[in-house]
Amino acid sequence: MLDQPAEGYVTADGRQIGPVVLELKNITLRFGGVEAIKNISFDIREGEIRAIIGPNGAGKSSMMNVISGFYVPQEGEILYKGYKRRKMPPYQVARTGIARTFQNIALFEGMSVLDNIMTGRINLMKSGFLKQALWWGPASREEDEHREKVEKVIDFLEIQHIRKTPVARLPYGLKKRVELARALAAEPQILLLDEPMAGMNVEEKEDMSRFILDVNDEFGTTIVLIEHDMGVVMDLSDRVVVMDYGKKIGDGTPDEVRNNQDVIDAYLGVAHE
Amino acid sequence: MSDTVLFAMEAALNGVTVGIMYSLVALGFVLIFKASGIFNFAQGVMALFAALTLVGLQNGQIPFAPIINAAFGTSIHNFGWNLPSVVAIPLTVLVMIGMAWLIERIVLKHLVNQEPIILFMATIGLAFFLEGLGDIMWGAEVKRLDVGIPQGMSAWVDETTYNLFGYGFFIDTLSLYALGIAAVLVTGLVLFSQYTKQGRALRAVADDHQAALSVGISLRFIWVLTWSIAGIVALVAGIMWGSKSGVQFSLSLIALKALPVLILGGFTSIPGAIVGGLLIGVGEKLFDFFMQPVIGGATENWFAYMLALVFLLFRPQGLFGERIIERV
Amino acid sequence: MLYREAGDFKTSYASDNQTFPIRFDRYAYWVVMAVAFLVLPMVMNDYWANSIVVPFMIYVIAALGLNILIGYTGLLSLGTAAFMAVGAYATFKLTTAFPAMPIYLVFLLSGLVTSAVGVLFGLPSLKIKGFYLAVATLAAQFFLIWLFTRYGWFFNYSSTGQISMPERSMFGVTITGATASSTAVYFTCLIFTVAMAWLARNLTRGQMGRTWMAIRDMDIAAEIIGVNPLIAKLSSFAVSSFFVGVAGALMFGVYLGAVEAGEAFGINKSFLVLFMVIIGGLGSILGSFLGAAFLVVLPVLLKILLVDNLGWPADLARHLEIMIIGALIIVVLIAEPHGMAALWRTVKEKLRLWPFPH
Repeated sequence: MLDQPAEGYVTADGRQIGPVVLELKNITLRFGGVEAIKNISFDIREGEIRAIIGPNGAGKSSMMNVISGFYVPQEGEILYKGYKRRKMPPYQVARTGIARTFQNIALFEGMSVLDNIMTGRINLMKSGFLKQALWWGPASREEDEHREKVEKVIDFLEIQHIRKTPVARLPYGLKKRVELARALAAEPQILLLDEPMAGMNVEEKEDMSRFILDVNDEFGTTIVLIEHDMGVVMDLSDRVVVMDYGKKIGDGTPDEVRNNQDVIDAYLGVAHE
Repeated sequence: MSDTVLFAMEAALNGVTVGIMYSLVALGFVLIFKASGIFNFAQGVMALFAALTLVGLQNGQIPFAPIINAAFGTSIHNFGWNLPSVVAIPLTVLVMIGMAWLIERIVLKHLVNQEPIILFMATIGLAFFLEGLGDIMWGAEVKRLDVGIPQGMSAWVDETTYNLFGYGFFIDTLSLYALGIAAVLVTGLVLFSQYTKQGRALRAVADDHQAALSVGISLRFIWVLTWSIAGIVALVAGIMWGSKSGVQFSLSLIALKALPVLILGGFTSIPGAIVGGLLIGVGEKLFDFFMQPVIGGATENWFAYMLALVFLLFRPQGLFGERIIERV
Repeated sequence: MLYREAGDFKTSYASDNQTFPIRFDRYAYWVVMAVAFLVLPMVMNDYWANSIVVPFMIYVIAALGLNILIGYTGLLSLGTAAFMAVGAYATFKLTTAFPAMPIYLVFLLSGLVTSAVGVLFGLPSLKIKGFYLAVATLAAQFFLIWLFTRYGWFFNYSSTGQISMPERSMFGVTITGATASSTAVYFTCLIFTVAMAWLARNLTRGQMGRTWMAIRDMDIAAEIIGVNPLIAKLSSFAVSSFFVGVAGALMFGVYLGAVEAGEAFGINKSFLVLFMVIIGGLGSILGSFLGAAFLVVLPVLLKILLVDNLGWPADLARHLEIMIIGALIIVVLIAEPHGMAALWRTVKEKLRLWPFPH
């Protein structure tokens, strides 16, 4: 892999990529007797778009769950901004600035689009319980402030026309967009996207790719994405991690990974020794 | 042996017999839950309704007499004949099967895809409806139920324990019969479930509705079958309880006691229902025996639930049940 | 023609968020308030007040509380009546220990006591879900009632085991006790009902409400996006129990005057409030009102119709009532799982378009 300067660099199209913000070291994750992740290490740089790819069952979603704190690896450590991240429940991980979308949509089906996105602001809301109960000045104003921020996200993702619609009534593609909106509403530093383009047609994929690039470009958000569409991955990402059967078999820029024999073997289904 | 130990043993034995009664009710729950994933809150009321129907048929009561009398100013009560138990019991079974069919048609069919909590609340509604119906059909006063099961202190137990321990245990003969009947019932159910075609179909439905449908099993038939069997089990439970304490409204409250039984024994295990019932029954009696001097009596009002609560905190699936898997 | 929002554009988020966005609704609300505060006390007679309006208001408060727990947060509770009992007994102990304390304050403090008890019995919800939680609440129901009937301290060692509300007044007006006027009782309940409904509305429309609904809809996802499940669930128990406790306090303090835990707050009361919430509409403030109204009026209606007019025996009417309620639960859950409130919303939608079909 080509060496990249530690403090960061500027890409060919002028985006600023910073130093390493999240590092996974020697992560091993077991479920009973099965090792879903075997001693994987890689890092993620601030502002970059990092893809995790691999055949089905490679352990990609598990890796994402490890990053968001839902699974606790039996071995290894996670360093966030240089500091070892102590074991913490998922809601605290979210507070460190990590937001995500899910492979199978995890929206709150009993609420409208607007309410769903507003839940994304939970870590940024300050009004205490009593203030909300009495709903006088400060609580109401705070609700409005957050509403304004959420409206910006709604504009950004072009979903104004459905903001009051109950989420359960939306088609699949729009649901995915609302999930992305909810994650963005949290103003995260790291955005984890688990197969954001699954089940989409070409047009929808182009829209989603545009949104992802815009998020990275405008807000400098670091993006980690799991995706199966090779074209998308190669076009969007700065660096790629390749997993197969729980192991890391490739790590580098899209070009480097594309020419890696192990990666080619994995995708073609060549048997392991 | 010291007196305390002897008294405790007697209490425990009584607990066993009460526990068997609980198990009989819990069995009905397990059957329905296994086949349809529904927790049938109405099971207790079904037992009450079955018992009411049985007594009504035995005494030749006119169904809906109270309401007919009120509406038309008449004063009819009985047809005038009495039916022997041999006839009344099978007739009641037919009634329960008919009820199962109606329930499937009117309630279950329409609620197929709803979440479990909605189904549970529907069965609460069903319980209330059946309770009101039972009262209107047969009258709400306490009735004596007698199908010929001997009652009163078991002389055999009294003698045997006296010879063994120097103290004769007081165990009701009825309870011994309950034990026997429960054993037969459970064995029958287990055999049915394991070795017959319908039993296999039942297990298939319990596992996966879609898959069962795809191999040609009629979901609706299985549900009618399950609720019918549960109805028959309810009848047995109703007979046992009714013989012991008369047929009255409080029988339907037994449904609530079945919940802790199921939590201990697991919601899907037939032997678990028995074990759970025994644990609760014995636990209640022993707890009361030891704690009464300390905190007073009537603790069996809440002990079962507290026990279940503690259990839930450590082993939510009970002793025998499968882990309920949360789908994300 | 009548019920329109054309031309009624919202220019701020605050006005978009308001409780009654349609102008007609707002006016209707003020009219109802005026009738409740000004007209009704004049025209109402004691019978109506005592058998319908006052219990209606008390049950609205209880239903609001239970709705927060079940409808908004998805936590099933069958122990509502026992928590009402906590409110009642707390009122009794507080007012007998501190006779000078203003009675409204006593009611509020009773709510807080119930809140604390509610949080305690809500702790299992962190590990137990769905209707397993119902069993935990049943434990609360039976244990608390046993506690209140068993230990004399709770009923000040009275020989009957009953607790009686002593006479208390505020600002010279007798509020509780046998000599309290029904107007005083009515206004007490009205003030509390309006205040509690306002509280409920505020909590459910803000982030707290969204947090609760997130837990209800998908608690794992909620946790991953940053909701602390402990705070969310326990706060739901706390708030819900506060409402239910105040309802119990009012039920004892101004309505019944004397209660015995087993008969006034038995498991059937828990089911009654549950039915109000289901029939009225889960997750809806309006639903709590509708459900309470329905289940308070129905027995009175049946009694007037069947017993007074047709001469049927009272217990027959009661059995029929049970049948009707049971059947209604099933019908509601099949046809319109979100209860009368959803039905009402559908009617309003049609009204907005009327006379056009769509």
